[in-house]
Amino acid sequence: MNRNTACPHIEPRGYKSGVKPVWCPGCGDFGVLGSITKALSGLQIRPESTAIISGIGCSSRMPTYLSTYGFHGVHGRALSLATGLKVARPDLTVIATGGDGDGFSIGGNHFLHTCRRNTNMTYIVLDNQVYGMTKGQASPTTEPNWEKGKLTPSGTGINPFQPLVVGLASGANFIARCSSSDSNGTARTIMEAIRHPGFSMVQVLSPCVTFRPEQREWKKLVQPAPVEATSDAAQAARRLLTDKGLFTGILFRGSRPPYQPELKSSIENIAELEEEFCL
Amino acid sequence: MSRQSLSIALTGSGGSGVMTMGNMLLEAVAKAGWYGIMTRSAGPQIRGGEAAALIRVSNMPIESHDDSFDLVLAIDPASMGRFVAEIPLRPDSFVISDPQGGRRSSSLPESPAKVIDLPMKELAKSVKGGRPNMIALGAIASVIGLSETSIFAILKTMLESKGADALGASRTCVQAGFAAGADLLEFNTPQMQQDTDTQRWGITGNEAAGLGAVRGGVRFVAAYPITPATEVLEWMAGVLPSVGGVLVQAEDELASINQIIGASFGGLPSLTATSGPGLALMTESIGLAVCSEVPVVVLDVMRCGPSTGIATKTEQSDLNIALNGLHGDAPHLVLAPSSITDCVFTTQWAVHLAESLQAPAIVLSDQSLGQTRAIMNRPADITFMARRSVPAQSAGYVEENYTRYAIGDSGVSPMAIPGQPGGQYTADGLEHSQSGAPSSLPEDHLAQLDKRQHKISQFNYGEHWADIEGSGELAVISWGSTCGPIREALARMRDQGQEIRLIAIRLLAPERPSEMAAALVGVKRLLVVEQSHSRQFHRYLRAAYDLPDETRVLNRPGPLPFRPAEIMARLDDWGEGTGS
Repeated sequence: MNRNTACPHIEPRGYKSGVKPVWCPGCGDFGVLGSITKALSGLQIRPESTAIISGIGCSSRMPTYLSTYGFHGVHGRALSLATGLKVARPDLTVIATGGDGDGFSIGGNHFLHTCRRNTNMTYIVLDNQVYGMTKGQASPTTEPNWEKGKLTPSGTGINPFQPLVVGLASGANFIARCSSSDSNGTARTIMEAIRHPGFSMVQVLSPCVTFRPEQREWKKLVQPAPVEATSDAAQAARRLLTDKGLFTGILFRGSRPPYQPELKSSIENIAELEEEFCL
Repeated sequence: MSRQSLSIALTGSGGSGVMTMGNMLLEAVAKAGWYGIMTRSAGPQIRGGEAAALIRVSNMPIESHDDSFDLVLAIDPASMGRFVAEIPLRPDSFVISDPQGGRRSSSLPESPAKVIDLPMKELAKSVKGGRPNMIALGAIASVIGLSETSIFAILKTMLESKGADALGASRTCVQAGFAAGADLLEFNTPQMQQDTDTQRWGITGNEAAGLGAVRGGVRFVAAYPITPATEVLEWMAGVLPSVGGVLVQAEDELASINQIIGASFGGLPSLTATSGPGLALMTESIGLAVCSEVPVVVLDVMRCGPSTGIATKTEQSDLNIALNGLHGDAPHLVLAPSSITDCVFTTQWAVHLAESLQAPAIVLSDQSLGQTRAIMNRPADITFMARRSVPAQSAGYVEENYTRYAIGDSGVSPMAIPGQPGGQYTADGLEHSQSGAPSSLPEDHLAQLDKRQHKISQFNYGEHWADIEGSGELAVISWGSTCGPIREALARMRDQGQEIRLIAIRLLAPERPSEMAAALVGVKRLLVVEQSHSRQFHRYLRAAYDLPDETRVLNRPGPLPFRPAEIMARLDDWGEGTGS
């Protein structure tokens, strides 16, 4: 663990744990790891005051590679772990990371309700439209006609999940899309997401070069959204429903107050609580 | 002083005010200086269906219902049919029922009790805004010898918020009922005035478990409603803010368990409460708490299973899943309170153990404990507080080379709390090395399995692992709510001069072989009592402990409670052979 004792300024590499990632060479997730360290360095958030929370999947390995506090939990429950931590410890910067399967399939219910609850934290979804760790099955964001998934050799035949549309409808307070190929741009967006109050979601298109090699083309196809971020949910919905999923940038900035029950410091004597039982 | 008690059942259709009336009656007998319990029995209907309030009052603290009921008051006679099995009657029992609205004979074909008519609906009609349950309350009060003024006082405190008209109507009804009850029947209420020096409480098992949790230091609760555990969560929602805590209503049980793991990782002692279906959903993540060594407490208020089962009725059939539901080798704690009073102690102890051992603790309460309100002596203060080992800091930093999952003598390694500089680590459900980095090496797996087993096994649980009461060659072994009727049965047998022992296990996991061996010294005959169809507890005992050759089993599924007399009968009629 890096102690960061000598110098108050922490470089991006100071946020790396030194554990070697399990990812395949060329995986988009390396870029996102770099973007997260740049964002944390950019904001100069202390590693001991930061917690990276994840579930299961390739991208869910993220916490181990960072020098912050971390929790690598079970499949699909990252947002629940993160919610409990943030409500209990509002002083911490809490960031959940994970993939499209973890977040939108097995963890779909938590995604809906975490958007709705609007707890002040950031959710970075590394979307590669495939289950990589289990070696190439269709995920909720896979196109219906992708025929290379062994569980769905004729394609899924069902429409992909639209994370940002669903996030917006469910109440996410900040919505952005990035590409892992643009490390600095992604870092800037993550900084904005962390700064923005409430639940911020950042979808990062992060190619799986092993099972979806065609995604290497993403870096040529993505382009900055031609419009500025809006705070109008209706306008954001129209844009999200009409884009092809390849526009990047901050797409929505809401102004709903975050969910944060007050943790009082003045503590009543337990004996006073017990009075209600006395006869 | 010998035990004297009076058992009263109030039945009606759902919404007829049976529970309100029961609560008022219990409050009145409490004010009059008696002890008592009231168990709610209801169908799953939100409104409608049938409901019964089962009340027993006594001159001394009680934990169980009696063998039979002395008095039944049926507001809707037709509703009684549903409760025939739950309300055993004797030839000298009385049933007061309304001649209007269904014939009791069809609903109580076998009842030996004397039936007495009381036209509650008609009497209520004569009062503007009057309700039959208040007529019934007055009548019962009169029959059992409570004063009219004592009921008026209860009405005032419990109905004041409903306005002067409602209070006035209830008062008039109680008066009418009281007058009607005066010469309704000859009933000898036992003398039950007790000494009123002891501080007494009125509390349900669910509230008691919540209180134990708060006393133990729980400050974060995630909640998903489920019968019959919801009241634990509702009570805690009310009190947590005043002790610096918080309750979050989660979207499902998967979220509840993970939220409490997240909050506990952040340093707050955390709990969730649920019932069987919720526990089943949580088991994967309880394994996460085992592997990542994060303390949490899961309170399971058991009901009849499997599946939705009978959601509103009690059973001891979640023992298997609590002990063995986790995949992999996953040492954890399983505890069970054996009375409503013990719900305070055991839940508080569970928090202490979970925090001390950085492990999940499952507490098995059940519907009959959770939804019974008791008038009891105030439980003793206990000093257990959440005590988690955290790494020391010097000059603001955790010592160099801090390793979260270091192998040490006790198996418990200091757990850094986010915010502690230099303590950063990743808690992981993946097997890991001592530093917490994921590892698939066999030696790391073995070392961490040993660590997690060792910390649970070697801990000194002291005398609290079980209550050993009495002595003798004949013993009963049980756990949870069935200990209530057993304790009463054994007390009666001891009064008759028999020596008999009770082993009421509080700590079900980890097993305590040497303590159990000591508890069984001299026992020649052992009766296992449990409320499970497949004898889950007996199987557990056989797997974990050496039992006497002459071990027999008295078991049945929920929801019908064991009666003290049937336990006595089983012990008297030991018989030959190995059957049960």
